[in-house]
Amino acid sequence: MTTEMFILATLDGLSAAALLFMVALGLTLIFGVMGILNVAHGSLYAIGGYVAATLGLAIDKFGLSPALYLPALFLAAILIGPLLGGILEVGLLRRILGKDHVLQLLVTFAAFMILEDVQRLVWGTQPYFVSNVMTQFGNTDILGITYTNYQMIVIPVVAALAYYGLRYFLTKTWLGREVIAMTFHREVATAMGVNAKLVSLLTFVIGAGLGTLGGALASPSTALLPGVGADMIVQSFAVIAIAGLGQLGGAALAACLIGLSRSFAVYLMPELAVLTPYIIMVLVLLVRPEGLFAATSMRRI
Amino acid sequence: MKWVRKIGIVASVMVVLVLCAQLGLAQEKPAELKVGITTYLTGPASVFGVPGKAAFDIMIEEINAKGGIDGVKIAPFFMDEGVGTSGLLSEYRRANQEMGIRVMLAAISSGHCLALAPVAEDLKILNVMWDCSTERVLEDARYNYVFRPQANATIEMVAAVIYLLKTKPDFKTVAVVNQDYAWGRDSWEIFSNTLKALKPDVKVVAELFPKFGASDFSAEISRLQALKPDVILNTSWGGDLDTFIRQASQRGLLKSSTFVMPLLESSMERVGDAIPDGVIAAGRGDHYFLHPETKNDPAHVAFVKKFREKTGAYPIYPSYHAVQSVIALKAAYEKAIKANGGKWPTIEQAAAAMNGLEFKGFGRPIKIREDGQGMEDQLYGITKKVPEYPFPVLDKMMFIPAELVTTPVGKKSPEYVKTISPEILKKEFKTYNYTK
Repeated sequence: MTTEMFILATLDGLSAAALLFMVALGLTLIFGVMGILNVAHGSLYAIGGYVAATLGLAIDKFGLSPALYLPALFLAAILIGPLLGGILEVGLLRRILGKDHVLQLLVTFAAFMILEDVQRLVWGTQPYFVSNVMTQFGNTDILGITYTNYQMIVIPVVAALAYYGLRYFLTKTWLGREVIAMTFHREVATAMGVNAKLVSLLTFVIGAGLGTLGGALASPSTALLPGVGADMIVQSFAVIAIAGLGQLGGAALAACLIGLSRSFAVYLMPELAVLTPYIIMVLVLLVRPEGLFAATSMRRI
Repeated sequence: MKWVRKIGIVASVMVVLVLCAQLGLAQEKPAELKVGITTYLTGPASVFGVPGKAAFDIMIEEINAKGGIDGVKIAPFFMDEGVGTSGLLSEYRRANQEMGIRVMLAAISSGHCLALAPVAEDLKILNVMWDCSTERVLEDARYNYVFRPQANATIEMVAAVIYLLKTKPDFKTVAVVNQDYAWGRDSWEIFSNTLKALKPDVKVVAELFPKFGASDFSAEISRLQALKPDVILNTSWGGDLDTFIRQASQRGLLKSSTFVMPLLESSMERVGDAIPDGVIAAGRGDHYFLHPETKNDPAHVAFVKKFREKTGAYPIYPSYHAVQSVIALKAAYEKAIKANGGKWPTIEQAAAAMNGLEFKGFGRPIKIREDGQGMEDQLYGITKKVPEYPFPVLDKMMFIPAELVTTPVGKKSPEYVKTISPEILKKEFKTYNYTK
């Protein structure tokens, strides 16, 4: 492997990791606070993408300014994330808090399947593709290879902003600290005067928003069709399993690990490219069953 | 012992009556011909299943409006392949055993065809494999009830190599980027073995098999840009192909290498604006709404019009496969009725009529060989932008005849393609340019 290839593989890996990270971030945040692994997160990703694509098409149809392409992606995420997230939290997740984990998985999985059918009803089965944002941002040549600025710059920047924004919120604001308190111990936090219901709802809405934002940002570069959500939820689950459930910073590192290993595999051993996320996951879980960065949890009697 | 004789006579009369009744039943026309149809209504392959179903609906409605098959109307029963192989198998059996369906059009997935064929043979179900491509079904076993009224993977891939060598004889390097599942792997095996037989000096520089359903091909595209192969094969379809085309097009890869995309016809209308001129494309057979020989046939024109009214899109190859399977079924029944002296045939008779059947969909006429394989010519062409359509059309089209590229009965494709002689390239084919 030459230095050039090393640089190319690193660029591809980081760009892929950025998107994956954003979706996994939402998933792991929700788990941290509510203790529920939300499979329906995959649907939020898919629906965020579909709504963004629909807005993109509408901009073209009504001849609006192309300057709106990028804001439309964020608008889609902001519109649908809190709306759908709110409905899910109030209607479903709030009611299964503290129940058996298997039951929680089944309930969110059911929600995922229902939402998958809703997608089919609304957007049909033919792939959706609105790539006008990607075209708009143009290309950059690096070492003779053409990269899209959208995938190489826009997505990683947004992912970094999302991460630091969330960290700022959690560590520097009052509400954020209440969220952290909840992740440590729900009952004690409640006893200390934290409004558990409100904090749960807020966390879920933020997490859902990250999921829909991931979908919206993915939509210009990837086809949306039945099944995209399932693919994303599996990958982001691998990320948070490697990192340790509920670990935000760990998720960033795990996403990079998966993204980089895959892109390096494409250069060195293409046959392994499909497997790398799972190989890493298995290796990590063999050595550290709680994930790389999981804090040692106190045993509660 | 008079009463014994009496009973004997009565018993014989009853036996004869019962036998007659049975014979009469066997030949009596049913009220309707129940046909089970498996297609993808859910999951990523519904990009084929749903346009396929639309074509089934149109064709069956049309045939029924004209009185059905010899006065018997076709009653379709759709089953979703999206439930997976084991779910589909039990649904298939249930349709047969509880609903009495003995004619099936199944399936889209090659995996499903491989699983269903022995079941169909066992249960004596006339099974028409209406879309799947794997050549193994009919090469690894001989069936009396299983048929395919269209080409198979070998025919499609060998034809791709021939067209490539006809239009671009001088190239040195080739790479592949296919989906990581049976079709992606098998099609590359046939393609690369044929290429080695016909042009042994070609070097394979990369074999990439990204995950089925991958949403990002950035790493693959970077690597291919760094390698700069002369030719790149991509047999993907659906969302995978759309995503690859969008990303590769934006990054200029589609222009820097010659692409061979044997299933591109099925994505053309969706991602046409991203496809440059000069991509080698096809639609698994000679299925094309601008088929140079049939595009002005009234029946074809009417079908395209109806299909567009119903779905808002041009028909793609699975739609034509659906059409072919219904037409083949109807033709087989009519042939069997004729052979049966005008009476409604049994399933066995209908299945027997499938052998050697000649019929015509909206492409060239097709003949079903004695092993059940349809002999269908392959239409390949090169993309070209034209003012009449918002997506590219095929230009410089050639028909690669099925006889030339089909594995002979009794031989197996993986070995057979290695023995194809370069003499085959000396054959001249008529070139059809795009006309309005």
